[in-house]
Amino acid sequence: MYRILKKKKLNPTVTLMEIEAPFVAAKALAGQFIILRADERGERIPLTVAGCNKETGAVTIIFQIVGGATMTLNEKEEGEYIADFVGPLGTPTHVEGLKKVAVVGGGVGCAIAWPVARSLHELGCEVTSIVGFRNKDLVILEDEFKACSDRMFMMTDDGSYGEKGNVCVPLNRLLEAGETFDEVITIGPLIMMKFVAAATKPYNIKTIASMNPIMIDGTGMCGCCRVTVGGQMKFACVDGPDFDAHLIDFDEAMKRSRTYQEFEQKAREKHCNLFKKEVK
Amino acid sequence: MPKFNMNPKKNEMPTQDPLVRNKNFSEVALGYSAETAVDEAKRCLNCKNRPCVAGCPVNVMIPEFIALVAEGKFEEAYQTIAKTSSLPAVCGRVCPQETQCEGKCTRGIKGEPVGIGRLERFVSDYHNVNSTQMPQKPQSNGHKVAVVGSGPAGLTCAGDLAKLGYEVTVFEALHLAGGVLVYGIPEFRLPKAIVEKEVDNLKALGVKVETNMVVGRVFTIEELKTKYGFEAIFLGTGAGLPRFMGIPGEGAKGVFSANEYLTRSNLMKAYESDSETPYFHAKKVAVVGGGNVAMDAARTAKRLGAETVYIVYRRSDAELPARREEIEHAKEEEIIFRLLTNPVAILTDADDNVVGLRCIEMELGEPDASGRRRPIEKKGSEFEMDVDCVIMALGTSPNPLLKKTTAGLETKPRGEIIADETGKTSLEGVYAGGDAVTGAATVILAMGAGKAAAKAMDEYIRAKN
Repeated sequence: MYRILKKKKLNPTVTLMEIEAPFVAAKALAGQFIILRADERGERIPLTVAGCNKETGAVTIIFQIVGGATMTLNEKEEGEYIADFVGPLGTPTHVEGLKKVAVVGGGVGCAIAWPVARSLHELGCEVTSIVGFRNKDLVILEDEFKACSDRMFMMTDDGSYGEKGNVCVPLNRLLEAGETFDEVITIGPLIMMKFVAAATKPYNIKTIASMNPIMIDGTGMCGCCRVTVGGQMKFACVDGPDFDAHLIDFDEAMKRSRTYQEFEQKAREKHCNLFKKEVK
Repeated sequence: MPKFNMNPKKNEMPTQDPLVRNKNFSEVALGYSAETAVDEAKRCLNCKNRPCVAGCPVNVMIPEFIALVAEGKFEEAYQTIAKTSSLPAVCGRVCPQETQCEGKCTRGIKGEPVGIGRLERFVSDYHNVNSTQMPQKPQSNGHKVAVVGSGPAGLTCAGDLAKLGYEVTVFEALHLAGGVLVYGIPEFRLPKAIVEKEVDNLKALGVKVETNMVVGRVFTIEELKTKYGFEAIFLGTGAGLPRFMGIPGEGAKGVFSANEYLTRSNLMKAYESDSETPYFHAKKVAVVGGGNVAMDAARTAKRLGAETVYIVYRRSDAELPARREEIEHAKEEEIIFRLLTNPVAILTDADDNVVGLRCIEMELGEPDASGRRRPIEKKGSEFEMDVDCVIMALGTSPNPLLKKTTAGLETKPRGEIIADETGKTSLEGVYAGGDAVTGAATVILAMGAGKAAAKAMDEYIRAKN
């Protein structure tokens, strides 16, 4: 059992938790993930590590409430326990030696982009952050990004906060103006990462996307996190989750991500109807 | 001496009706009654040269335990098996007896061999129901050892070392101990309560089981030695990495590795009505492969509601690697065998849903390196099967994680850890066994390897001190 040390609502559908897991906290690096189960009957949920504190043994996770399992997790309160918490899994994001990087995050993907931006900043890299959300109410981690960015662009789809448009708008503007980066790191919805990859391709700028596919064990056993990269089958849990965005077959990944859509929809309805629980 | 049973046939194993059981997850085989067990035991000739024992990777004292069954001394029979086997209730259910103990049985020359597996199962179930006595933790010898992976190899190694007085810690990556016994083999073939009971027995011996620990990530092998003071380490990490065919369409929705499909059902209990685990409701399923895992996946798909389930296998019936009993059970459960058939492409619609499987017919040529006749494509024989789900059960390779994170651990090109017959690897004090060394094989071979390694680890530690 793993104790919830802290719980904070970042927006109506995104929650931050700190979980007591000292062995994971001692080892986790930016870009790595954990898998948790809220209770004994629960699904295994993979979540990227948003931060950790080696002294207190706390691991920070940020999750969006999307299905039955994340609803159950969101019902847990500070001081309560979750059943399982395993990690760190996956290969850490490569951050060493980079001098100038654009970190492009979208939606809850910003929760993963933030620790990457922070690691780069701590290593003395010049960080340009471009973060995008659907609207003002969904904005998360703004101050955190500001603190580790040399430049920051805040975008909303409807223009209710920051600049109107998607993350590719400022990215294209910078690239067209002749700006160059050692690397662009992008984390967010598959469709957004696909467009970021398309934007940087003509400029030959190395672009890394962090994939978050369907997963069970996280150790290379189930094979459901397979992603086609450069025509080869890769397992996101052990080979990734970071891959060369110019080589990822995003169209296949988007279709695969909908494998259990119907089931998830039913689970959500069942969860809400049976227990009459609202998303808190 | 009890009267000898001349019947050339084994006593039949009572089973659930095939068309009832293919809709539930309760155990298929129901087990012998005490009366039948005694009757079957009386078929044993008690041969002096004990060929059956030589056929068993953990050398169960077979004639001895069967003689006790014939006398109705079931608990004593169990204690006799338990001297060399740490998972009797498991082995009685999943061992390929026809190629091991029973394959060597003298009674098998004229007629059927003694039902050794069925008797082992009976005796272990008798013990589990009737004995309340838990094993006692032996006096500690003060030495710490680690076991990585809680599958059959790891559990056996841990059990043997604990009985010698070692302080054993087992590290398991998943949230439940048992490895392939819990995520791979279905409930209807191996009830999970049996695995849990075996793990509880180990805990009673003083074995600590740490779940949610991915060694290689959370601790390295080096750290286990230097920082945490484990004097010897056993790697029983299995062969988890699933293989695919490399044919078009494998990334489509509705294509699964058997590992994913079975893990969702077995470990994550997708078949229970209140489970949160998503699973794919398929109507027509093709399972590619002919081993035990393929049979398990096909029979699971049927139980999860698929109307038509095919086994697609490129060789013929005689080459099917699965246990004969599983093949028979699958056929009884209306699984359709498309033999001498090999997939060439998975067909998909515009939204990447599986809509069919294009296959080619095969014929058998000369024997290949495995000694089995090589399947050759019949030109122009391509045809399409109407399916909405394809499950790949083509075997697995060892997980690359430990190799990646452990400097100096030598492996073969496909990832198998290099170890000698005692389990000794290229690293001092590090032993390995089971599928991690051999590639995908059987539960009992893994147990044999765990046993050999436990002995070698004990010798290694005693020589050092």
